[in-house]
Amino acid sequence: MYPESLKEAIKIVEEARARNIAMEPRRMTAEEKDALLKQYHPDYKREEFRELRVGPNKGESVPKELAEMLEAHSRITADSVDLENPDYDVDVLIIGGGGAGSSAAIEANNAGASVMIVTKLRIGDANTMMAEGGIQAADKPNDSPAIHFLDAYGGGHFAAKRDLLSKLVTEAPDAIEWLSELGVEFDKDAQGNMITTHGGGTSRKRMHAAKDYSGAEIMRTLRDEVLNREIPVVDFTSAIELILDENGNAAGAVLMNMETRELLVARAKVVIIATGGAGRMHYQGFPTSNHYGATADGLVLGYRVGAKLLYPDTIQYHPTGAAYPEQIFGALVTEKVRSVGARLVNAKGEVFMHPLETRDVSAASIIRECGDRGNGVDTGNGKAVWLDTPMIEIIGGEGTIEKRIPAMMRMFGKYGIDIRKEPILVYPTQHYQNGGLDINLDGSTTNVPHLFVAGEAVGGIHGRNRLMGNSLLDIIVFGRSAGRNAAELSKTVTTSKLTLKHIEEFEKELSDAGVETEAVSPKLLPDYTRRK
Amino acid sequence: MENMVNVFLFGKRYQVPDNLTIMTAMEYAGYQLIRGCGCRNGFCGACATIYRIKGDRELHACLACQTKVEDNMYVATLPFFPLVKEIYDIEKIKPAQQVMMQLYPEIYSCIGCNACTKSCPQGLNVMQYIAYAQRGDFEKCANESFDCIMCGICSSRCPAGISHPQVAMLARRLNGKYIQPECAHLKERVKEINDGAFNDLIEALMQKPVEELQELYNNRDIEE
Ligand SMILES: Cc1cc2nc3c(=O)[nH]c(=O)nc-3n(C[C@H](O)[C@H](O)[C@H](O)COP(=O)(O)OP(=O)(O)OC[C@H]3O[C@@H](n4cnc5c(N)ncnc54)[C@H](O)[C@@H]3O)c2cc1C
Ligand code: FES
Repeated sequence: MYPESLKEAIKIVEEARARNIAMEPRRMTAEEKDALLKQYHPDYKREEFRELRVGPNKGESVPKELAEMLEAHSRITADSVDLENPDYDVDVLIIGGGGAGSSAAIEANNAGASVMIVTKLRIGDANTMMAEGGIQAADKPNDSPAIHFLDAYGGGHFAAKRDLLSKLVTEAPDAIEWLSELGVEFDKDAQGNMITTHGGGTSRKRMHAAKDYSGAEIMRTLRDEVLNREIPVVDFTSAIELILDENGNAAGAVLMNMETRELLVARAKVVIIATGGAGRMHYQGFPTSNHYGATADGLVLGYRVGAKLLYPDTIQYHPTGAAYPEQIFGALVTEKVRSVGARLVNAKGEVFMHPLETRDVSAASIIRECGDRGNGVDTGNGKAVWLDTPMIEIIGGEGTIEKRIPAMMRMFGKYGIDIRKEPILVYPTQHYQNGGLDINLDGSTTNVPHLFVAGEAVGGIHGRNRLMGNSLLDIIVFGRSAGRNAAELSKTVTTSKLTLKHIEEFEKELSDAGVETEAVSPKLLPDYTRRK
Repeated sequence: MENMVNVFLFGKRYQVPDNLTIMTAMEYAGYQLIRGCGCRNGFCGACATIYRIKGDRELHACLACQTKVEDNMYVATLPFFPLVKEIYDIEKIKPAQQVMMQLYPEIYSCIGCNACTKSCPQGLNVMQYIAYAQRGDFEKCANESFDCIMCGICSSRCPAGISHPQVAMLARRLNGKYIQPECAHLKERVKEINDGAFNDLIEALMQKPVEELQELYNNRDIEE
């Protein structure tokens, strides 16, 4: 329930609602967007970044919190484990039980490889489970992979690796088909046509959804399929260090049981990193929409054995994180709320921007509204703007909210806010890691043999900003292909003796560069316990 | 000033601010969570929890990440519950009534106590979707159970030992694969792509200098 002060503030929004629905908000010009981003987007706050002093991206700037993890000590030394007697021995080791890891596992299993998933929490405790809005694919007659390419390339500021992006858009319809065949229930009309909407930055309505549980529907189906195939899933266990063989090929990982802290060794012919994002690093102190285990571990694991990062300095702040009530601060308010008609409104009741600009532009615009322009609403815990959800029912008819965005209705309903009748308060939240490990078209890293990456841990597919719906897509397209290609490669691989000598080499690099740090990495979990 | 309340975590008393969720209250009390915490936002079902308010006869079930603490709340988390998950081949099974009989026969032992529905933190009509499953009406079962996050609370309350979330999972996959109408435009597009219909278009874009792509992007027409 809103306190009196906010109820008062809502009156302004209500009074302007009819007017705000009728108006046609203008889209910003390319120049306006540029200027806005430079001044207000968190990626441009240079004092929040630091140059790396070691490793393959030495000299490049990354968020300070990430730099600390990339330049930290290993959690172990080479003699902590017995590499001669591995606890697990498989063809393909997949690190991370989210959507990318599960897709990879299914395809690698299909291709006849022995596969194992190791995952920090349970399979499906992952960002994939939380995706609400949907997944893009150009499968309507007025659309094409080429138009999809242009939307994503422009939305990513013309920085995507073109071959990766071209694969993403070309294989998108097949990805939807694959999911449908597995039993994923997409929103369809009675004839079977996909019900699709816009997302920020799309020029065609190509967002496929399963209500606003799109990711959950995909993830639980993939998980069910992994279990049906009896693919071993080692849960509550994290990879804490990669293992190479004497020829410098990836050949396994050191695992740690999250509860007992026991160390285990997994040997593999090929390793796939599918560890997802970094929201729980809380860059610049932002809240996050991500799951509990999103701590950039894959980037750290890869970096320490010499894998290169691409665009690690670009983070996506979702423009609409919940800003009230405090219990859900930072939780995602899906973009679909705007797709189905809600607009962003400031304290004065003005629609201050087009609701479907790309995410970076939208986030910067909200930060500007709440900052310099002084048009933010005081929530008692900072500033925010309104997202006028009752518009949805007026535009789409009564019942639209319950039908199209039930999770949102439930999330706010629990705190006595009926989003059909009352607008909600939003502010940007850390959402997606645009950058990550650099890969080739087949999913292998560009410079560590037998090491593949898939999902949010990859950099370069989307360039410097990702459009809504293209990430669920990439985890399926590149997850599947990583699984297939890794399985194929594993047939030709004979692993030589395992080693962890890179740990010592990395230590030497740190000390040569004069890095003094107490930190160990990967981070594994954030610490929210109260310091007394 | 923060308002403090007493919560009893596994029977032990802690004083915590009243605006916390059960999950953040545990952290406030000093627990570094590993089990029982996933998405922290009501999507993954990792944080199933049961509680009782002192003096109240009723036992409640909830998601720890979605529920505010109350004064004199006795809390026990249920981070794991042994659900039965049967193995099947989605390509081979068919959406026929006997599928449930074969895989989850215990659903026919439902005694109609409705404890499942009463305990569902998503507010689903669990007993109803089990009834649909019994009848082999998978579409209705799928729709009724769609918002299920598989936390397992319903099963923990079930005297018949039913694994409701797994029954519903099966129904939804059957519905998605076999019952929902097929999508003609999707099949058509996949075929076009496999025939290479878009190769030239994409290839042309791949070769263009950035300036030209910028031009194209900034002037592209946007569907209303
Ligand atoms: C709230 C939210 C909403 C979103 N909405 C959309 C949307 O509408 N459309 C869209 O396209 N995208 C959306 N996204 C983005 C998208 O969901 C994710 O980018 C994508 O699902 C990532 O998939 P993944 O498999 O790479 O990572 P995840 O699904 O996060 O899986 C990674 C897994 O790896 C595990 N792991 C991490 N480190 C280790 C380790 N050291 N050892 C072992 N395991 C480890 C994690 O615990 C986790 O299980 C959303 C994201 C969030 C958070
Ligand atoms: S932690 Fe995922 S539902 Fe509570």
